[in-house]
Amino acid sequence: MKLTLKIWRQKNRDEKGRFFTYPVENVNPEMSMLECLDVLNESLIERGEEPVAFEHDCREGICGSCGFMINGVAHGPQSATTACQLTMRHFKDGQELTIEPWRAAAFPLIKDLVVDRRALDRIIQAGGYISVSTGNAPDGNNIPVGKDIADRAMDAAACIGCGACVAACPNASAALFTGAKISHLGILPQGKPEQDRRALSMVAQMNTEPFGSCTNIGECTAACPKEIPLEVIATMNRDYRGATCRKRDDLVQVVAPVTGWSSSSKS
Amino acid sequence: MKLDAKIPSGPIEQAWDKARFDMKLVNPANKRKHTVLVIGSGLAGASAAASMGELGYNVRCFCFQDSPRRAHSIAAQGGINAAKNYQNDGDSIYRLFYDTVKGGDFRSREANVYRLAQNSLNIIDQCVAQGVPFAREYGGALTNRSFGGAQVSRTFYARGQTGQQLLLGAYQALERQVQAGTVTMFPRTEMLDLIVIDGQARGIVTRNLVTGELNVHIGDAVVLASGGYGNVYYLSTNAKGSNVTASWRAHKRGALFANPCFTQIHPTCIPVSGDYQSKLTLMSESLRNDGRIWVPKQKGDKRRPDQIPADERDYYLERRYPSFGNLVPRDVASRNAKHVCDEGRGVGETGLGVYLDFSDAIQRLGEHVIRERYGNLFDMYQRITDEDPYKVPMRIYPAIHYTMGGLWVDYYLQSTIPGLFVAGEANFSDHGANRLGASALMQGLSDGYFIIPYTVGNYIATSKLDKVDDSHPAVQQVVSEVQQGITSLLSIKGKRTVDSFHRELGKIMWDECGMSRTAQGLEKAIGQIRQLREEFWQNVTVPGSGDDLNQSLEKAGRVADFLELGELMCIDARDRNESCGGHFREESQTADGEAQRDDENYSYVAAWGYTGPDSAPALSKEPLEFKYVYRSQRSYK
Ligand SMILES: Cc1cc2nc3c(=O)[nH]c(=O)nc-3n(C[C@H](O)[C@H](O)[C@H](O)COP(=O)(O)OP(=O)(O)OC[C@H]3O[C@@H](n4cnc5c(N)ncnc54)[C@H](O)[C@@H]3O)c2cc1C
Repeated sequence: MKLTLKIWRQKNRDEKGRFFTYPVENVNPEMSMLECLDVLNESLIERGEEPVAFEHDCREGICGSCGFMINGVAHGPQSATTACQLTMRHFKDGQELTIEPWRAAAFPLIKDLVVDRRALDRIIQAGGYISVSTGNAPDGNNIPVGKDIADRAMDAAACIGCGACVAACPNASAALFTGAKISHLGILPQGKPEQDRRALSMVAQMNTEPFGSCTNIGECTAACPKEIPLEVIATMNRDYRGATCRKRDDLVQVVAPVTGWSSSSKS
Repeated sequence: MKLDAKIPSGPIEQAWDKARFDMKLVNPANKRKHTVLVIGSGLAGASAAASMGELGYNVRCFCFQDSPRRAHSIAAQGGINAAKNYQNDGDSIYRLFYDTVKGGDFRSREANVYRLAQNSLNIIDQCVAQGVPFAREYGGALTNRSFGGAQVSRTFYARGQTGQQLLLGAYQALERQVQAGTVTMFPRTEMLDLIVIDGQARGIVTRNLVTGELNVHIGDAVVLASGGYGNVYYLSTNAKGSNVTASWRAHKRGALFANPCFTQIHPTCIPVSGDYQSKLTLMSESLRNDGRIWVPKQKGDKRRPDQIPADERDYYLERRYPSFGNLVPRDVASRNAKHVCDEGRGVGETGLGVYLDFSDAIQRLGEHVIRERYGNLFDMYQRITDEDPYKVPMRIYPAIHYTMGGLWVDYYLQSTIPGLFVAGEANFSDHGANRLGASALMQGLSDGYFIIPYTVGNYIATSKLDKVDDSHPAVQQVVSEVQQGITSLLSIKGKRTVDSFHRELGKIMWDECGMSRTAQGLEKAIGQIRQLREEFWQNVTVPGSGDDLNQSLEKAGRVADFLELGELMCIDARDRNESCGGHFREESQTADGEAQRDDENYSYVAAWGYTGPDSAPALSKEPLEFKYVYRSQRSYK
């Protein structure tokens, strides 16, 4: 197969970016989208040019590193599939693909297709955990968890934190991501004691970051490579509403968003 | 060098208790004055950093990905072992210990493995409490599946995403400590060297992968949890970024590297399909619970699998190993797959594949049960191959998966450099010459949650640690050496890409230091690797500069280290003139082609010291004693 790749190139956040068009020959239908970029990059390097920067690691659809827009769709046309697992057989010979990074104010660009997703880590820091220090745990079978409950928790816990939901949302909202963690932990008996606190802090952090608001459009779940259901957002809203009544006077702390990378702006 | 493993005296059952009692403690109020540097945020690193943060140490944790949650551990599929005996099928700490020592073909340290089996119980409890959604029975109890090399069912799992869920548990504990201010996380940061002052590990030099800045971090102890080095083979099931750099640079600063040639080849991976291929995809070992492995009896049989009648199929594992059948350990399953393919009975276009067939299980249990157990793996297979494994058998072939070798550590997980501790896949400690399935996750978490926090504390409490800062000449020396390394990679400006060197190295390693090895082949490989390394330093091209995000530069540094490690692996493999576990020397096999150990001459850990760029590595031996598990020729028949 032959393809034309129109790829967004941008040296860094401060410099202007633009699309570059690259023809790629010898595309094997069995290769993945990332392997197709590998082939392009090898030829760029051989010509003495800088390769396209893109993020990737496991290439098995689970680490959440990769992801970019392919013809306007997060992770491309195949449902429930990350870019690393998208094989080229889903495209037609001669097709042109427009490839660009996640675009959201909360994900500042670093280079080419690489963006800064630390905002998602900060949402977890705010309360996306169960406070149990090492050594503090009772026997695993002490708390029975029905299979249906465990399964529902697992459905929400499957989130890989890739950020496709934010990129797909016209408002660039992180509601699906945040709701997934709130649901995963809130459904389980172990997570109940902190349910209110968790919802309040995580939502507060989400609102502190430059994410947009959720208006129930549903693009997020359609783009999600792990098919996280929209109901996690309903769960988040329910938990949050309940928590604001019960814990209205509690102090909620948020972390200031950091966008710099230089070592001085780190901690 | 004389190696002292510091195994506590007395009965093995009490060794860890005794060791813990004998350790010195750091006053709780003083803990925050001590800085611990943790390299890696996988299961081992994240659990160690979180636990030490909880104790009150001032922790800095580093990873090269953009978030600690993306460490390679996330990709583990099948499960984690623990001797809970919830199934009432006869499991015990002793049995898990026994199976693991035997599975490792008697090349691991008994006391370490015993402690691992003990800690396995606490790991499950800890993870459940964190909210890891392990699979459950309808009644609410935890459920289990079986893995290779065991006849009890002791593997806990969360669908096909066990590693993900365990890592998210550890990651969340880590982020909780970040919020509490005890841990500072440094993502997109790569450790490029170790700072050793007065014989103690006192810091690291890192490169900020976004800005290119080199930074110095000084600490009282350094914990390396940087993962395994399977990517020396280029094609492996490891994440693309997995590398040996942190361990290798520590090795060059004095840490011995143990059993580098002990690598695990996983029997069930999706076969290679073309030269563009960038990595191999694992199909979890758990599939062997319900899948049956076979090839046609006849050579070159090109019929579709459903047209080959049952009596013309060779279920070779069931035939050769009636008591373990499809659940023989990985090394045995891989070697047998290679063997039938070498005979010309392999399937698929390349002839390098065997069938993993679920049709009997689907008939017996129904498709919905199989979907429930392995749905995500089946989907993954279908996405990659475009074939439906509910209808046609999967095609699988062995691939590099895990490295049992790693930096040498004593019982306290301390390397030969005082103050440098090594955890998880990066150390050599518990799996001998072959790791059993579902035990890497167990080991990573045992090291990180339950060993490192104690032993690092003991080290800090008992060591004299002078004040050091960035201006120390030894610090500046290391920084300038790192800077030089980067400058020289960027200034070669040759003709070949980093990947092309990596691919070539991988092929040499796979051909000569892969599933079967010979002295002659290894000798040849050593020569080829030296030549390739020389060419690399003259002819590699690394575009771009050192002061921004430069993925080619990152790769170049890693491949440069692989080119040195590869040679050491071949030297180690050549030196070990016996077969054991995953290390199969053709010269040393039984009449029916099984691995033949040579306990008289090789019952030791081979720990190699770095002696300089072009001089032969120095071998130190840690003899292995087996007081509990009777040393026998391993048999799964
Ligand atoms: C596909 C697959 C499936 C598996 N399934 C199972 C299973 O079912 N059961 C089981 O028990 N085991 C399984 N394993 C093995 C197991 O996943 C690994 O051995 C284990 O997760 C390793 O954990 P770790 O913490 O030691 O290292 P890793 O998870 O590899 O983490 C390494 C960390 O070090 C960091 N790092 C590395 N180098 C540097 C550097 N120079 N500077 C800074 N940071 C650095 C990385 O960023 C990362 O955070 C599987 C492995 C694979 C490949």
